[in-house]
Amino acid sequence: MGAPIVRITALRKSYGTNEVLKGIDLDVKRGEVIAIIGKSGSGKSTLLRCVTGLEVFQEGSLTVDGKPLLHESAMAMRELRQRVGMIFQGFNLFPHLTVGKNVMLAPTLVKKRSSLEAASQARKLLTRVGLAEKFDAMPDQLSGGQQQRVAIARALAMEPAVLLCDEITSALDPELVGEVLRVVESLADEGMTLLMVTHEMSFARKVSDRVIFMHQGRVHEMGPPAELFGNPQTAELKQFLSSLHD
Amino acid sequence: MADFSLWDILRNLLLALRWTVVLSLIAFIGGGIVGALLLFLRLRGGKAIGRVVGLYVQLFQGTPLLMQLFLAYFGIALFGIDVSAWTAASVALTLYTSAFLTEIWRGCVASIPKGQWEASGSLALSFGEQLRHVILPQAVKIAIAPTVGFLVQVIKGTALASVIGFVELTKAGSMISNATFQPFVVFSCVALLYFVLCFPVSLYAKNLERKSHGRRT
Repeated sequence: MGAPIVRITALRKSYGTNEVLKGIDLDVKRGEVIAIIGKSGSGKSTLLRCVTGLEVFQEGSLTVDGKPLLHESAMAMRELRQRVGMIFQGFNLFPHLTVGKNVMLAPTLVKKRSSLEAASQARKLLTRVGLAEKFDAMPDQLSGGQQQRVAIARALAMEPAVLLCDEITSALDPELVGEVLRVVESLADEGMTLLMVTHEMSFARKVSDRVIFMHQGRVHEMGPPAELFGNPQTAELKQFLSSLHD
Repeated sequence: MADFSLWDILRNLLLALRWTVVLSLIAFIGGGIVGALLLFLRLRGGKAIGRVVGLYVQLFQGTPLLMQLFLAYFGIALFGIDVSAWTAASVALTLYTSAFLTEIWRGCVASIPKGQWEASGSLALSFGEQLRHVILPQAVKIAIAPTVGFLVQVIKGTALASVIGFVELTKAGSMISNATFQPFVVFSCVALLYFVLCFPVSLYAKNLERKSHGRRT
């Protein structure tokens, strides 16, 4: 497997006096699929947002592909963000651009691709997420599930080494969750490194190689899904899992 | 004393009207450029720069335009620089306009959801690219109506330049009224001309507003 693609060491993050991440250590291997679960407010989204530099952390270090995350350096951030893709709960498509242009924007600007090249790549990616015919549609003409799949294609267009998914099905109507999860599953099957915060426990169980249970800003329990869900060790995880069945 | 027909009055007012238009354009274009620079500084710079720009905005919004004109006209002269009424009026109106426009535009940029910044940022776009390709195209749509609406304020604001001797519509009006002894007729014409200038602009602004609201809901 080689060196870890993401290495997080003793990471601490606080908002004012409120410490939300209290020392996180985590190595993500290439091709690994990790699901992060936990109550809201446990710091799981914040952890993801730290990896792509949307949140500044105060202590510890974070490297992606061996390159450290340096907030002060715009160049370093631009480098890092080309390796890390992020998909959001609220899709965040660019509403003034067509679906195709949404996918093409970053490759043409950042990777200096010609628009012809970028367009053919965008078509390929949209086909992959099952939306080939929506190339010229505007985002607001799409359902939530379709929008989220465009967001996935948009992130993939930058050919990231890691994909971060921040509760990407939480804003969707129940009947649209499946289509998005199927795309994510196919990415996992193709060997994409995934770090996802999710409330879809059965999905986490099925797809992930490792599950992380976060509690009060710490990695409280970690292990293969079968172990973690089948035989939880701590009282907090037991309580969390049983609360889901209520 | 020669007799002045209504046409004489109107003709002379119309001649002066162009200076009102020119001054409005200078204020709007100059103010737009300065306002855009200030907006960029505010978005890009740190807290300190933001506060300085904020103070600038407060200063110009919190003092009468008339005082700003006086200060520009008499203040610059204190430094031994000879300023014409033209220069003073242009400078004062440009700064005044820039303060209001930068504040209007800041509000428009702030109304773009944070997720747009985050999504474009995590796609490795630089600050300039985010602004140019993602944020501004959306913010401009929202900004057009209030910006055009503010243009009306600027046009009417140019009337104050008459007090420092700038011969635009209002100043021409008082000069003509001094010569004709028909202040009511003259100033009615002046008011009418301002209305003719401003009304289409506000109508246009209202139209734009309706359109952009219609698109959103």
